[in-house]
Amino acid sequence: MPIANAIDPVESLKAALPDAVKGVKIFRDETTIIVDAAQIEKVMHHLRDTKGLLYNFLSDISAVDYYPDASTPDRPERFGVSYHLYSLLYSRRLRVKVFVPEDDAHVPTVTTVWPGANWLEREIWDMMGIYFDGHPDMRRLLMAQDWDGHPHRRDYPLGYETIMFSFNADEIAKFKPAATN
Amino acid sequence: MTLTVRPNDKEKENELASWEGSVEELRGLVSDRAMTGETMLLNMGPHHPSTHGVLRLLLELDGEEIVTCLPDIGYLHTGIEKNIESKTYEKAVTLTDRMDYLSPMSNNMAFCLAVEKLTGLDVPARAQTIRVICLELSRIASHLVWLGTHALDMGAMSVFLYCFREREMILDMFEMLSGQRLMGSYFRPGGVWRDLPAEFLPTLQKFVDIFPSRVNDYETLLKNNPLWRDRTEGIGVVEPDEALALGMTGPSLRGSGVNWDIRKATPYSGYEQYEFNVPLGEHGDVYDRFYVRIQEFHESLKIIKQAMKNIPGGPFRSENRKFVPPPRAELGRSMEAVIHHFKLWTEGFSAPDEEVFVAVESPRGEIGCYLHGTGGTKPRRVHFKTPSFMHISALNKLSAGHMIADLVGIIGSIDIVLGDSDR
Repeated sequence: MPIANAIDPVESLKAALPDAVKGVKIFRDETTIIVDAAQIEKVMHHLRDTKGLLYNFLSDISAVDYYPDASTPDRPERFGVSYHLYSLLYSRRLRVKVFVPEDDAHVPTVTTVWPGANWLEREIWDMMGIYFDGHPDMRRLLMAQDWDGHPHRRDYPLGYETIMFSFNADEIAKFKPAATN
Repeated sequence: MTLTVRPNDKEKENELASWEGSVEELRGLVSDRAMTGETMLLNMGPHHPSTHGVLRLLLELDGEEIVTCLPDIGYLHTGIEKNIESKTYEKAVTLTDRMDYLSPMSNNMAFCLAVEKLTGLDVPARAQTIRVICLELSRIASHLVWLGTHALDMGAMSVFLYCFREREMILDMFEMLSGQRLMGSYFRPGGVWRDLPAEFLPTLQKFVDIFPSRVNDYETLLKNNPLWRDRTEGIGVVEPDEALALGMTGPSLRGSGVNWDIRKATPYSGYEQYEFNVPLGEHGDVYDRFYVRIQEFHESLKIIKQAMKNIPGGPFRSENRKFVPPPRAELGRSMEAVIHHFKLWTEGFSAPDEEVFVAVESPRGEIGCYLHGTGGTKPRRVHFKTPSFMHISALNKLSAGHMIADLVGIIGSIDIVLGDSDR
């Protein structure tokens, strides 16, 4: 049986799961498909298993925090999670993006599609605070097990020592009383 | 139920009770036999000579055999990704050096390619060729450390210093280029930091002349050594589709026979001009992953020789003054140069509020750089998908059923660097 030709992932996805596709974006010859977070697993199964697509490698899952920018129709929520897929057969990449609200930050896991997503999702839970439903082992990865907060969020401080000037001396002294000496 | 040795002294016992952990925390992560104490939980702690950095492995052992291997990383986490969010793009290049510190040029490359893609910056042909030479030298240097430490862990201690002797020559060349042996931040957005100094090419030629015979020396030490083969053949076998599903890339994946090299499949920086083979393994065991990297020595040398033969002339960095500072000599002659210099040094250049993803073939595997700009001078988010991160997560599958001595070989064969995995 001959190898199928590469087909357009956007058209194929729109045909198979029409209500999952929220938008498409093309920038610097990279295609991003914005999908509905609840259906991410079905979308991934389709992209991995359909002849002509065969995105059989998950390169990366990245989360981005849009705080403090206000929501726009392009970016309706605070967090975006990007899945970067690669097809070994057709040597091409694809990005699938979902937007996740701040107050209900969870996305279904894709570890059933690619087991390699296990640690990538754990890191996003640890660093961004986005929970992945159905993940077999949702624990912190890089930070200590009893750490508070999610460091890669934009409202989390970098954690260096603030230089004390006269205008912020009182603020700093609240946490470091010995610093006023 | 807690696992503890009961001392006779009541006071001592209370002292211990404050820090001992309950095995209940691990329910679901280790097998049920650990809950009853049938199998032993052993901590191959962050301080260990064979774990190639600060890697903690919680081993569930049935005698000497590993039932579960739970890696625990984060001991070398330095917050590089968050740190980069507060630096301009040019300054962030120095931070990327520190991730995979054994082949820093590859991290630089991933980040610089991402910045160049995001901003639409051009890279002149001379810079691309210089980058390829440096990347392949970096690959050889990294593989030399891998070979030395892997052999050292397995007991073949003489290989270690021979590899480091060759690596000294490469580090001397890096020092010529950037002033630093390791972590030189030589690659910058738009090209390289400065042109090749006069003594670089003759030194490189000398290296290229003597290195093949040295690689043959290492091969003869290990390749047909019956002890080496006994300890590495059939160990840590991973099937090709399983390896892909686990996210393995690079030589660790090619040891299982999957023909994927980013330099061939989606070439960057002029790699399509060079002729080289991609060595593949057959069995997916430790020996095949070892032999793939040995052959990569020769392939990298081939690329360096081809690149050296015709390095194009021209600028070594982009001439786009909105992104690249002008040379110092120009500052005395041109007002525009002074203004560009001033803007770039005080503010830095801006990148659009978009996201890009770039992957390069580092000596360990695929380094993916996800870069999201803000429209301003500092990035909104940088995320690096590093090969060591994925390979450590695959350790449970790779080491199940093997003994601790085999685990040492498996860790060596997947070539991890903890700075790479923890960032």
